[in-house]
Amino acid sequence: MTISRRVFLKGGGVAMLGFGAMPSFLARTVEATATPNKKILVALFQRGAMDGLNVVVPFGEPAYYRMRPSIAIPQPSRTGELSALDLDGFFGLHPSLQALQPLFHDRQLAIVQAVGSPDNTRSHFDAQDYMESGTPGVKSTEDGWLNRYLQQQKEEQSSPFRAIAMGQQMPRMLQGAAPALAIPDIRQFQVMAPGQISGAMSGGFEALYAQTVDHALRGTGQETFEAIDMLKKIRQQNYQPANGAQYPKGRFAQSLQQIAQMIKGNIGLEVAFLDLGGWDHHVNEGSVQGQLSNLLREFGDSLAAFHKDLGETMRDVTLVTMSEFGRTAAENGNRGTDHGHANCMFVLGGDVLGGKVYGKWPGLEREHLYEGRDLNVTTDFRQVLGELVQIHLGNNQLKYVFPGFTYDPHKALGLVRA
Amino acid sequence: MPARRRRHRQNDYAWTGFLAGVFLAACLFVAPSLDAIGAQQHNKEKKKDKKAAQLSKAFRGKLPITELSEDEATLHALNRLAFGPRPGDVERIKKLGLEKWIDAQLHPDSLDDRTLDTRLEDYPALKLSTAELVDRYPNPQQAAKRAGITLEEYKRGMDAEADKSKAPREVVLELSEAKILRAIYSERQLQEVMTDFWFNHFNVFAAKGPVKWMLPDYEREVIRPHTLGKFRDLLYATAKSPAMLFYLDNWLSADPKAYAQHAKEIEQRRQRFNRLFGGDSRIMIMSRPNANRPNFPRPQNRPQPGQPPQGQAKQPRGLNENYGRELMELHTLGVDGGYTQNDVTQAAMALTGWTMSAPRKDPEFHFDEKIHGAEPKRVLGHTIHAGGMKDGEELLDLLVTQPSTAHFISTKLARKFVSDTPPVALVERMARTFADSDGNIREVMKTMIYSPEFWSRETYRAKIKTPFELVASALRTTGANVERPRALVMWSARIGEPLYACQPPTGYSDKAEAWVNSGALLNRLNFGIVLATGKMNGAQLDVSALLGQNSGTDPDAVLTHAVEVLLGGQVSAETRAVLQKQLNDPQVLQAMFDDPVKNVDAGMITGLVLGSPEFQRR
Repeated sequence: MTISRRVFLKGGGVAMLGFGAMPSFLARTVEATATPNKKILVALFQRGAMDGLNVVVPFGEPAYYRMRPSIAIPQPSRTGELSALDLDGFFGLHPSLQALQPLFHDRQLAIVQAVGSPDNTRSHFDAQDYMESGTPGVKSTEDGWLNRYLQQQKEEQSSPFRAIAMGQQMPRMLQGAAPALAIPDIRQFQVMAPGQISGAMSGGFEALYAQTVDHALRGTGQETFEAIDMLKKIRQQNYQPANGAQYPKGRFAQSLQQIAQMIKGNIGLEVAFLDLGGWDHHVNEGSVQGQLSNLLREFGDSLAAFHKDLGETMRDVTLVTMSEFGRTAAENGNRGTDHGHANCMFVLGGDVLGGKVYGKWPGLEREHLYEGRDLNVTTDFRQVLGELVQIHLGNNQLKYVFPGFTYDPHKALGLVRA
Repeated sequence: MPARRRRHRQNDYAWTGFLAGVFLAACLFVAPSLDAIGAQQHNKEKKKDKKAAQLSKAFRGKLPITELSEDEATLHALNRLAFGPRPGDVERIKKLGLEKWIDAQLHPDSLDDRTLDTRLEDYPALKLSTAELVDRYPNPQQAAKRAGITLEEYKRGMDAEADKSKAPREVVLELSEAKILRAIYSERQLQEVMTDFWFNHFNVFAAKGPVKWMLPDYEREVIRPHTLGKFRDLLYATAKSPAMLFYLDNWLSADPKAYAQHAKEIEQRRQRFNRLFGGDSRIMIMSRPNANRPNFPRPQNRPQPGQPPQGQAKQPRGLNENYGRELMELHTLGVDGGYTQNDVTQAAMALTGWTMSAPRKDPEFHFDEKIHGAEPKRVLGHTIHAGGMKDGEELLDLLVTQPSTAHFISTKLARKFVSDTPPVALVERMARTFADSDGNIREVMKTMIYSPEFWSRETYRAKIKTPFELVASALRTTGANVERPRALVMWSARIGEPLYACQPPTGYSDKAEAWVNSGALLNRLNFGIVLATGKMNGAQLDVSALLGQNSGTDPDAVLTHAVEVLLGGQVSAETRAVLQKQLNDPQVLQAMFDDPVKNVDAGMITGLVLGSPEFQRR
């Protein structure tokens, strides 16, 4: 088992943080010898089952247009009307993802098509559960795959911000024995006492927990107050996105911006989680415009802003998207789509070997469809996540992170640079 | 298989690989100082033990209390067998006698609970059947369809009328509020603790499909009546409950052979129909509402309402092992209970046909012979061949009487009530009682309560409160008046325990490590502040009254009183010194000076004590 002693602070990191006393765990890690840059993984869950066929459009596939008479995205057009944005002559992005097209051509963005779970469930509940526990078909797995990664890659003294979920509840993916923090908004992470006594209360709690003989509470107390101090400093910096990045409005973009803020603040963030719901379009899904289009614009613009904001730092960051399953290949009687099987995933970052749509395309002719109706899964979602855990994060214990899944390096897609 | 899954279930495994490196390092640098503190503490306690005179017979009866004082034993009982003390509880119990109080708690029907019942009248959903709940809090999609409008129109209508009271989530919210009110106000405290325990043991998840409408019935009819009764009855009741049948999918489970035969017969009937009348009867059959076909539950990927059924290729039905597995691993034998994958499959086969009618309308258990696997089953070396529905019952009876089950249930009870790592000898005695009493839960509890381990110094304040326990005990201890506990439901979730919303069938953990982390701790502190400074919606707390009328004038008296009221006077000298120091903070002195009612210090001290390490324990 490898015990990594990766360094949280590198180069100018100390200077950036350099007000007041440095939190003790950071001071400890600074002493460790310099090793390669700390890698960061951001996991984004699109809850509700995104319609991958209208997001990464197989415009070279006649069956696609046959099965989706009212909602299909037209083939790339040279005359300017809204249509698929060509990626490789066969697949194209939904026009609302315009912000992501340059990232694909700059090889920062990779796409995996026809990826999903081997389990055949079409229940949102079960499928999300499986994708987050990382054990399709096994319901009683208590912890999430991302937490198992953290457990396995134990840091000797880890930052309280090592694993962050942007939200009120700890998502399934990050539940487990390794510490993780769920915060809906970093501005709220503080002792909420009335102004006149806030200093005294905060100081009082800190002193109470510093002196307790209870080992677990003492350690957690120390971590908590260090964390509060660190976030206070980040907040004081009055965050302005860099490089002219403009995040859209809304909770999702704000969460991404706060993740960028924490990454740049060098507070020891290693994995982050956020989600975006509203993908369950059974009725009036829309085509180049409409419900899906609006949601995709928020999604794409936010990701592009995140990428721009992080700039150079993006070389250490990989963001991966997932959704519990795809939707029916054919549209239904309500100009929408129903629960299907395979979907697509986006992988964005400096380590990514982008500019390519990965995965074997199974085709949309009836005989190629899963149970005669859905896009077939040709890549297990754990293959994608496994490559990121193994190559990007540098963890070889995939048996532990994805028990029951045999990761075959020969089948590797080669999504990220070794 | 079980071996692999065990690694998943227990958190200990995460650390094993590091014991050599990290732990050793930690011991070298941290442990000596901690040990010293621990040893000092221990010596002090030892001295206290000697001072604790033999407790009076009238107080303790036959309870084997030798290491705790009367006050400590009373607080301990209130913290373990109840959700903490209310103002005056300790005196009342000391007067009544601890054994008598415990005996009454073990027989909840003997206790008058009308005050609580009055409070619960504000929650109509609690008393309704699942069918009535589906009707009164309809699924928006179905309600819109019935009204002939779109889902958006229906939702806009609800928003316009500000009438969210019909939303299905209200069912779960009502139940959650009631759970909090019961924990705070019920006289039948042990009953409430046990209900929490058994619901968690037989966990179902509110957000899975129609389970939310089934919850009131599940808690009221399935869990509550058996909390101190026979384990067998509890197991039977859960096995046949719509909530469990749906949550762990057993209602869909079918013997593939029996199902194929059944499907063939239906197809033949269809063809006969077509020959006689022409046309395709399939669409007609399929578009009938599910409720009309109670004997034929459909897989989960049903067509959405308002959408034609074509294109929904019917999947062949097969065996679903989900319930069979959790029944053994989580409900009875435990993961080390000595069963194999084959036992799981065979158990699932014995339970085929245990299904329900109309899950989304008026769910009711029934046995469906047509999808039941009739061949003999072999489980744990026993042959199960009672036939039909009796196969499942024979299986449950077999599981109830296994020594593994007695041991597993006793371990879980001891972990909840005694310590995260309960003494082995105690668990063995409890397991023996379980076996000898035919799984009588009350008897097992008695064995535990009448054990010296339960009353040992080591056990005292050894458990970390779960978020729900923290919220309930804070409200009880402060004697706040709770009118609408919705904010408290939210706080329990924020601290890490959303009620009725534990997704995996394992239920919430009963060990400290699951609950102690930075985010949760900060929320514990903030919860205490909000409550103590009078900002908790729906819960009024008058700190001045709680800590004495002239609290503003003498900060020292306030502190002494706060520690007395909130922690039974038991706090380390260090904690006391810290609290003292905070009162003398210039910022606080100024605030006290500015505040005409002089209760800044009372609110602050109460908040600090509720957030203190001592109050996080029970």
